Amino acid sequence: MNNTWIILGATSAIARAFIRAEAEKGASFILCGRDTDDMAATAADAQARGSTEARVFPIDVRAPETFAPVIEAAKNIVGTINCAVFVGSMPEQSEIDADPSLIDGVVTDSFTGPANLLTQLAPIMELREQGTIVGVGSVAGDRGRLGNYVYGAAKAGFATYLSGLRNRLGRSGVHVLTVKPGPVDTSMTWGMKMPAMTTPEAAVADILKGVEKKRNVIYTAKIWFPIMTVIKLIPEPVFKKLSF
Amino acid sequence: MQWKTDTYAGWGRALTATGELARPERSRNITAEGPAIGNRRSYGDAPLNSDGKATDMSRMNRIIGFEDGIVHVEAGVTLGELTRIYAKKGYMPTVMPGTGFATVGGAIGMDVHGKNHHHAGSFGQHVTEITLRTADGDKTITPADDTLWRATIGGLGQTGVILSAKLKLTPISGGQMQVTETRAANWEQHIERLDASTAPYCVGWIDATAKGDAMGRGIIEEAEVTSGDYEAPKGGKKVPLDAPSFALSKPIVKLFNTAYYNRVPAEGRTVNRSFEQFFFPLDKVQDWNKLYGKRGFHQFQCVVPTNQVDALKAMLNAIAESGLASPLAVLKRMGPGRGGMMSFPMEGYTLAVDFPARDAAKDLIKELITLTAAAEGRIYFAKDSMATPAAIAGMYPEQTDWADAVNAADPDLTFATDLTRRLNLRGAK
Repeated sequence: MNNTWIILGATSAIARAFIRAEAEKGASFILCGRDTDDMAATAADAQARGSTEARVFPIDVRAPETFAPVIEAAKNIVGTINCAVFVGSMPEQSEIDADPSLIDGVVTDSFTGPANLLTQLAPIMELREQGTIVGVGSVAGDRGRLGNYVYGAAKAGFATYLSGLRNRLGRSGVHVLTVKPGPVDTSMTWGMKMPAMTTPEAAVADILKGVEKKRNVIYTAKIWFPIMTVIKLIPEPVFKKLSF
Repeated sequence: MQWKTDTYAGWGRALTATGELARPERSRNITAEGPAIGNRRSYGDAPLNSDGKATDMSRMNRIIGFEDGIVHVEAGVTLGELTRIYAKKGYMPTVMPGTGFATVGGAIGMDVHGKNHHHAGSFGQHVTEITLRTADGDKTITPADDTLWRATIGGLGQTGVILSAKLKLTPISGGQMQVTETRAANWEQHIERLDASTAPYCVGWIDATAKGDAMGRGIIEEAEVTSGDYEAPKGGKKVPLDAPSFALSKPIVKLFNTAYYNRVPAEGRTVNRSFEQFFFPLDKVQDWNKLYGKRGFHQFQCVVPTNQVDALKAMLNAIAESGLASPLAVLKRMGPGRGGMMSFPMEGYTLAVDFPARDAAKDLIKELITLTAAAEGRIYFAKDSMATPAAIAGMYPEQTDWADAVNAADPDLTFATDLTRRLNLRGAK
């Protein structure tokens, strides 16, 4: 049976590793993002590795009117429809403090933009009664902290949205997996000193295991599950004095 | 591009550089502000730019087209990955160096050779098109661009950042290697067997610790592609920590080499091996360079003309007497094939030996470089970390022409590396 992945944010390093892994299993792709030249290279690479079909759709998560062709294409997909969301943006908190209007962009990129597309896709997937949605959030969404709380708030919003979507779609056999990565070694974290960093390939291995086992929420690297469990347990009077 | 300051090294880890590194993930983000580096499988300072910028191309690793046996790839694709993907489809890279972690960009910049050099020539001879990013924008070149092409193949990255290339793959009739291993008891037998071999792939593993009558003993591997399904390798082992300094000490190396020699029965044997086992035998231990400990190691590799085989014997003798060599030195016949002005190969024999980074080994390597020059041979820039401009004078007859060509293409020395500065490769004679 043909398996198609709609990839939102196909230029991200984690998305690319994900596409590779699924291409080798013969999946088809609808690649969505802004940099069409880059996505064309990723589509060619997917086909070289075994993908049946890889199409490129120029979309901008900040411009929901660009979603229409993707939704139309989704309706015509033969076989299983899946969707994986890798979008998000993380300006420095200090930049946001200097220019609060940046908040809208962060929230759109990380939460409301992908939520809009998933909300349009949900009824199509419900009808098919199968398929998987992978939503990539962040450990930053588990608790607001000094260094990146706007980004964290957007990812927290997205995680709550995914939780509700899982509640809704689970009834019709569509699975929703929330992924909470810690730092991943990509251009987003290049040059930053960060703890417990994982690679895009290792993160994807964790994600695909989560898809296969129909997990609801996973952390990658796995060490972030105990770390975040502890961080979430710190009482607010203590937490508010910490800076990390 | 995003830059970060870091300290990094080549595969030998004896030389390091501190400078700015970028690792772009998209073509549009790649700038021509410094030399490109790949997976840093060159041993010395070829992939280093101290106090300057270097662009790590390892994330630009997509296959962007395939037609009629010619694959179009981004520069960061590794030869191991190409092997894994195309072996199932009936093709393999025509030339493979000893590690599958080498990138296509690096393989072009060093014009690498493989175990089939005497038949197939060098890597660059199977490249049909290269796209470079330079200060003047992107240039797509082919062998018709005579000077710039021959300055780029084996050109140590000095003509620009290699963005992508087209490579001619070789059709294969199967997915396995049939390997015949035979013992050579001494130097004379070793050379004799290499000369007599008619196999498409041929390499000699030499015990560089054996002295006296056993000097030059080793195992000759002759191989060809055979039928059988290609099987992708499982994930490799890792060396978790820098090994202590005794890990490759004299008695252990001697023991290892003796075991390696005796592993093959006296009458020889023929076995089937996977592509990876045959072409990239050391890759299964992913960061084996850590076995040399924190101080790292040097590799010496030279080639001498066929009629200078005795000079090579003298070198091996000096190595054996020193007791400094590491496991698994390599002796190979080379054909005349080379793709660029600064390409390493010449018709003759090539010898490669690893040495832990110690003062005694440095002195020995310097002596070996002098012996190479006297034998009208040359040393390999992908390996070297010890030579001087005077020591390599005359080894590369087209060096001046090459320097003129790259200085015209890159007048501001943007792509210069620690290697090109150390050896004054781009300077006037």
